[in-house]
Amino acid sequence: MKKITIDPITRLEGHGKIDIFLNDAGEVANCYFQVPELRGFEKFAEGRLAEDMPQITQRICGVCPEAHHMAATKALDDLFHVDPPSPAKKLRELFYSSFYVTDHTTHFYILAGPDFVMGPEAPVAERNILGVIAKVGLELGGAVIKTRMQNHRIIHMLGGRAVHPVFGLPGGVSKGLNEEERKEVEQIAKDSLEFAKLSLKVFDDIVLKNKEYLDMILSDAYTHHTYYMGLVDEKNRVNFYDGKVRVVDPNGKEYVKYAPRDYLEHIAEHVEPWTYVKMPYLKKVGWMGFVDGKDSGVFRATPLSRLNAADGMATPLAQAEYERFYSTLGGKPVHQTLATHWARLIELLYAAERLLELSQDPEITSPSIRTIPTATPDEGVGIVEAPRGTLTHHYITDEKGVIKKANLIVATVNNAAPINMSIKKAAMALIKPGKEITEGLLNRIEMAWRPYDPCWGCATHALSGRSSVPIYLYDSKGNLTKILNAD
Amino acid sequence: MAKLKLALYWAASCGGCEIAQLQIGDKLLKLAEAADIVFWPVAIDAKYKDVEAMPDKSIDVCLFNGGIRNSEQEHLAKMLREKSKAIIAYGACAYEGGIPGLANLFNRQAIFERVYLETPSTDNKEKVTPQISYKVPEGELTLPEFYDRVKTLGQTVAVDYIIPGCPPEERTTWLALEALIEGKLPPKGTVISHNTKAVCDDCPRKRDVKKVKKFYRTFEIIPEPETCLLEQGLLCAGIATRGGCSAPCPQANMPCTGCYGPVDGVIDQGAHFLSAVASVVDSNSPGEIAEIVASIHDPAGTFYRYSLPDSLLRGARIR
Repeated sequence: MKKITIDPITRLEGHGKIDIFLNDAGEVANCYFQVPELRGFEKFAEGRLAEDMPQITQRICGVCPEAHHMAATKALDDLFHVDPPSPAKKLRELFYSSFYVTDHTTHFYILAGPDFVMGPEAPVAERNILGVIAKVGLELGGAVIKTRMQNHRIIHMLGGRAVHPVFGLPGGVSKGLNEEERKEVEQIAKDSLEFAKLSLKVFDDIVLKNKEYLDMILSDAYTHHTYYMGLVDEKNRVNFYDGKVRVVDPNGKEYVKYAPRDYLEHIAEHVEPWTYVKMPYLKKVGWMGFVDGKDSGVFRATPLSRLNAADGMATPLAQAEYERFYSTLGGKPVHQTLATHWARLIELLYAAERLLELSQDPEITSPSIRTIPTATPDEGVGIVEAPRGTLTHHYITDEKGVIKKANLIVATVNNAAPINMSIKKAAMALIKPGKEITEGLLNRIEMAWRPYDPCWGCATHALSGRSSVPIYLYDSKGNLTKILNAD
Repeated sequence: MAKLKLALYWAASCGGCEIAQLQIGDKLLKLAEAADIVFWPVAIDAKYKDVEAMPDKSIDVCLFNGGIRNSEQEHLAKMLREKSKAIIAYGACAYEGGIPGLANLFNRQAIFERVYLETPSTDNKEKVTPQISYKVPEGELTLPEFYDRVKTLGQTVAVDYIIPGCPPEERTTWLALEALIEGKLPPKGTVISHNTKAVCDDCPRKRDVKKVKKFYRTFEIIPEPETCLLEQGLLCAGIATRGGCSAPCPQANMPCTGCYGPVDGVIDQGAHFLSAVASVVDSNSPGEIAEIVASIHDPAGTFYRYSLPDSLLRGARIR
């Protein structure tokens, strides 16, 4: 039996490896997406001070430390039985909305965008952010960079640092906003909102108006009928920072809605001997293997899942897009994995609208940002929506607030089983006996996992990757002024 | 002038170092003029076999981030050492083991038991754990071996320079890269940072007499905004941590946790921090001193947050 190994999978956060096994006839027998690494945070959290968890656990991922920081901080509120003042909650959500703007922007343009803008089988040398900029214009490229830099500025302003923020505490945050800073945030929010609108227009023009792409999105190779998970507010609208976890079945009907504290009643994790990552599934439905359908506990937790699991969006423009999304794709739920990219842009729009709302909130500059906890700490669960899925932190401490036990169900991990399934399905549909396995074909397989966990792109995204790196130059204000190919 | 050949690699780390490398912004242009990146798995489609095929010492400089947690990382560290003229330990994990190095308070068995058997969401009646080699119906799948301990890069291969931080601040990264581009790297063994003194030297908070009757935890008090955090009873590691970061954490009203490592001349950062803390305790009564010190509930995580694998202890003694 022939084995094709792609190792390491490049442009992926965290290390990864794909093994594709072909049978003698040259058909795909099976595929395995392996995570070859473990660090063991659940163990070495033991003995640490609970209040250090936001800073310790964010070292799980330096790409989305904000998500771990926030899930941990919320778990601490629960653990110390303390309710932060309203301005502190709003500051956390503002910070988190800003993080979503930068994260979704990065993923759409730098990772996922090239497949659509340039075409899935475009030469590798063009299938990247530079190709995108060349095709859609320098102005949009500049806007991408500006949006990222501006929102990193907000993260730095509140979090204290651009990577690995420090401001989360049980009962509040360590740093607030003054009026001058608030004005800056408001302007960034306005710019981000315009950018989000522009992004949806780009998607409309390039993807939705292209029948070939629409057919690809709707094709069976990229479709799975699974359960969907996402955090919702009291009106069942998408929320990233707070609320209950709602799961809908493959028909779109509410299967369960649970409070963070009840997660163990609904979620279990399966262990496979060939990967270091565990496979979460719906406990009461059960683990039936790598299969979809209503009888399999496999669920997905992605931007698409969040839209499927909710009844709508909490801001007006995002709600209008939400409605258009489902009317275009044939109603709820949408099972087509590639539609995740569109869902991500709708979330980008929501994040920008929410950022603007919060920046104009009269409470946002209030100095009342902390409540000192007084109750004895014992146990706490914190859940947020990370860009890559529902993120659960659970701590048990002694009476001094020293961690005795920690359990973490990390965002991307939710999708470990579906990613395996999607790679296999796409590989089976695309690799055929006698058909040459081209780079473009392998990219179409990669397109099956990209929607789940699109790697953070980077300012120096690779071209051929052999000898040179292209660079795009921007000035200190974030304007793109020049693109340089180091060749 | 021939362009420099640069390699970047990540081992047991979080990706924050990659983000930090990109934070240099428009200075990337200067880097691109001076250097070709020949290996960078997070962003470039070069595979391990491409590195293997390179002649020895054909890479001018390798920036290596992350500690050594498994066999693949050790293999890559050794391979990159052979292929590179100089290796830079980039960030706290490569330098000292970093936060994942706190795992050295436990061993592999304890970690596996917690993660794969004991966590309350795990359903694993057959007690399955990941195997370095496993036969599936279609063939064999392999995984790197998870070691008992986290090692630093310097405990694995010879390291030429260090860029400290978790992650390194933009200015620190650029200080090193600029020196590299201009061919003005300092003597081998240098920890590259703007300051060889402590974080206190960068910190704008006012310092007076450090005398502390009680240590507070971060959630217990709202510190006064202008005064030294250690003087207010918060265990700020700035006093025993290399500066050059501009002290961003104390400026966000949170104590330094020590990510830039020890100051020049100190071997064990935790021991240095501990002795600094002991010296500010405002008491001569042994009973009272013991009580004040006993209020520090997590000495390992407080004093050795980033440096346990590089400490004199290396970790907890596990039988």
